[in-house]
Amino acid sequence: MRIRLSYYVSMKDIKRIKHLFARAGFGMRFEDLRKYKNTSINKAVKELFENSDNDDPIAIVTQTIDDMMLAKADADTKKKFFQMERDQEKNLNIGWITKMSTTDAILREKMTLFWSNHFSCRDGKAIYIQQLNNIQRANALGNFRTLLIQVSQSPAMLLFLNNQQNHKGHPNENFARELMELFTIGRGNYTEQDVKESARAFTGWGFDKDGIFKMRPLLHDTGMKTFMGKTGNFQGEDIIDILLSKKQTARFISTKLYKYLVNEIPDNAHINAMTDIFFNANYEIKPLLEFVFTADWFYDDKNTGNLIKSPIDFIVGLNRQFYVTYQKPDVLLLFQRALGQELFYPPNVAGWPGGRNWIDSSSLMYRLKIASTVLDQGLIDFTGKTDPEDEAFLATVRNQQHVVNTRVQTDPDWDKFFSDIPKDMSKVEIAQFLLEPPLNGTVQNTVNEDNDLKIMVVELVSTPEYQLY
Amino acid sequence: MRRRDFIRNTALVSGAFMVPAFLKPLEAMAMSGLTGYKNLVIIQLSGGNDGLNTIVPYCNDIYFQKRNTIAIKETDVIPLDDMQALNPNLSALKEIYDQGYMSIINSVGYPNPDRSHFRSMDIWQTASDSNQFLTNGWIGRYLDANCQNNKSQSPYTAIEVDDTLSLAMKGAKMKAIAVQDPYKLFQTTREPFFKDLVHSQNSEHLNEDNLGYLYKTMIETYSSADYIQNTSKTYKTTAEYPATQFANQLKTVSKFINSGLQTRVYYVSLSGFDTHVGQQGQQGRQLKIYGDAVAAFIKDLKQTNKLDDTLVMTFSEFGRRVEQNASNGTDHGTANNIMLYGGKLKKAGIYNPAPDLSTLDNGDLKYQIDFRDVYATILDKWLNVDNSLVISKNFAGLQFI
Repeated sequence: MRIRLSYYVSMKDIKRIKHLFARAGFGMRFEDLRKYKNTSINKAVKELFENSDNDDPIAIVTQTIDDMMLAKADADTKKKFFQMERDQEKNLNIGWITKMSTTDAILREKMTLFWSNHFSCRDGKAIYIQQLNNIQRANALGNFRTLLIQVSQSPAMLLFLNNQQNHKGHPNENFARELMELFTIGRGNYTEQDVKESARAFTGWGFDKDGIFKMRPLLHDTGMKTFMGKTGNFQGEDIIDILLSKKQTARFISTKLYKYLVNEIPDNAHINAMTDIFFNANYEIKPLLEFVFTADWFYDDKNTGNLIKSPIDFIVGLNRQFYVTYQKPDVLLLFQRALGQELFYPPNVAGWPGGRNWIDSSSLMYRLKIASTVLDQGLIDFTGKTDPEDEAFLATVRNQQHVVNTRVQTDPDWDKFFSDIPKDMSKVEIAQFLLEPPLNGTVQNTVNEDNDLKIMVVELVSTPEYQLY
Repeated sequence: MRRRDFIRNTALVSGAFMVPAFLKPLEAMAMSGLTGYKNLVIIQLSGGNDGLNTIVPYCNDIYFQKRNTIAIKETDVIPLDDMQALNPNLSALKEIYDQGYMSIINSVGYPNPDRSHFRSMDIWQTASDSNQFLTNGWIGRYLDANCQNNKSQSPYTAIEVDDTLSLAMKGAKMKAIAVQDPYKLFQTTREPFFKDLVHSQNSEHLNEDNLGYLYKTMIETYSSADYIQNTSKTYKTTAEYPATQFANQLKTVSKFINSGLQTRVYYVSLSGFDTHVGQQGQQGRQLKIYGDAVAAFIKDLKQTNKLDDTLVMTFSEFGRRVEQNASNGTDHGTANNIMLYGGKLKKAGIYNPAPDLSTLDNGDLKYQIDFRDVYATILDKWLNVDNSLVISKNFAGLQFI
């Protein structure tokens, strides 16, 4: 074989840029190869932020379902409302997947996904969930304090963590506990007394019928509170500021981000450096991310191709790489259920644990099958478990679960996919581009022996290797 | 995708003699004795089954007062003793009960109960405290504990008859396998390309990293699918089962048990119990599906002499409030009953006193038995594993087996 130095290999920082796209977005496409031909990694990082400058909120749910009306409604109207609510949730879910699959603001969406799992929430009406999602999007690259306060004051979170029931004299500690355990400082850094005292500071936080945050003075406890060694008539914001004044909060967030973007095994030196940057920048998120993306260690071999894609990363990555459009987008919900991550339905307030928890025998086999069903109009055979909240409703529309055998009606844009591949790229280089881990075994055989490029590509995205990034 | 030709893999095929040991579960099985082999079948009723309309306190005035439109009429119930009776939709279970193959544990729950479906289900599946978030399930940790004890271990040691695997079945090191239809799983893993991928891997080359983990999972799925399909395919169930999806799942479990599959835990779910509105019709339909299927399953196992080796446990994530709501339904509550079935129950019938409807906690039943005490008993006395390896708190254990 003639040895040549291709377009791909000759590109200066291509390996790094590809890694950057995998972690800070949802994977690099062949069309990006041309765009970033002679780009340095620093310039690519800069562009990544520029492309995410604009905050474009989701505005799919526009109608509120009035609970008061619903309570009084007859059975038929109720049924209609339930159907409408389900449709809203479904449309919101598909809307976000579609946004991630088509946007240029990939970093903003990737970080929105991060914050939506950090501030995990599963409650309330679709319109509140959409609002919370938009808060996480608007502040995804902004200031963590602003994000934290807006999330804490959103109807979705106030409902989910029972702060509507947190009243003077009858404190509900749910929000105060999760604020410390999961949102800011982490377990082992506060006492039970801190939980009790801070819950009093959040008494009266609630929202009105229009979903606007209200501090209700009559329900608020104005007494003195002692929290983490300080005493005063603290308000909720004061508690948040005391928590942010502890460097441990910057460390807690940095560690979580490191595991999301870099490696599941924390590296103390790297996390220390991240913590310093984040804390000294008053919890601005952008400088922290810039630091990570421009650090040499971010591109080390041991930090490459070693993370298991979340189901959303997997689905969105596939959609983007092959420009997939869905004639029946409902199938995206089936995929999410089969793979164990349904947007807006996290298992609990701690979010999805991620990593190897994504993988068991059935979820892995679905992953290996879904790629070819999407790219080749296959069948997906899946019934799955329904959400208990849906079930009474479902039972009214069907007698029992029946096996779903759905033809996945999709349109991948193969023409665009192939025309974007640089003409002098070899099959090995195409494979290396599609997969993060090094090629070996059967994967190497596939590359050597498949003469049909399309078959080779479908096989490559049906491998365990493709599950990593 | 086209069929791959096998010729190009002749080198690999001839290497089949060197298939690593973990790809040969049948041999592994022969080495570990199968005597005294016991099965646990877990049935999950999702949505929060109303225990009070399942096992009805038909002699309690408070029950009729608080549920004036949805109480099951005294004339309709099937009495079990002078306090409690079966919902008429569970009539098929009466015979099972009379034969001493059914036991009911009343008022099972946990401290600081959570009324959210998914959270409470997590608590039941992970055996956690109500303010603790665990990422693995109690059966999963049972698999992990077996691993530590160096017993031979494969994912099929626990099987969920479903498309997806519940959290209960996921351990830190070991996970169970989800199989709705053994033949379909077998077919999927045997797609030529996947087969090539599995056979190209050499166990010694599988690293501890995530790629190694993915291949290890794939190989285990491949060999388990083979084992399950080949062990169970020849067994023909002769017993009659109702024509429901749920009954079909229990029929599959029976097939697995009767064909001698080396599986200790089976997991099946039935949903549709979230009865806020029009409860009587809705719950009645689901209970009928449940009762008819379980009765068929127990009779089947009795006939094949497997009932003595089988323990069935039915639970739901919570019971419902004692007082009905304005829509002829019930809202999320707390403590609930657990139903057990088997040929070797130590105390058949009603295990402990009926729920106390006069001393409520904010309108909810107070729990008398922690559900983890039930789990601990099953782990120690049925699955033969020290429960402290699975459950973090100490429980004395009960006397139902």
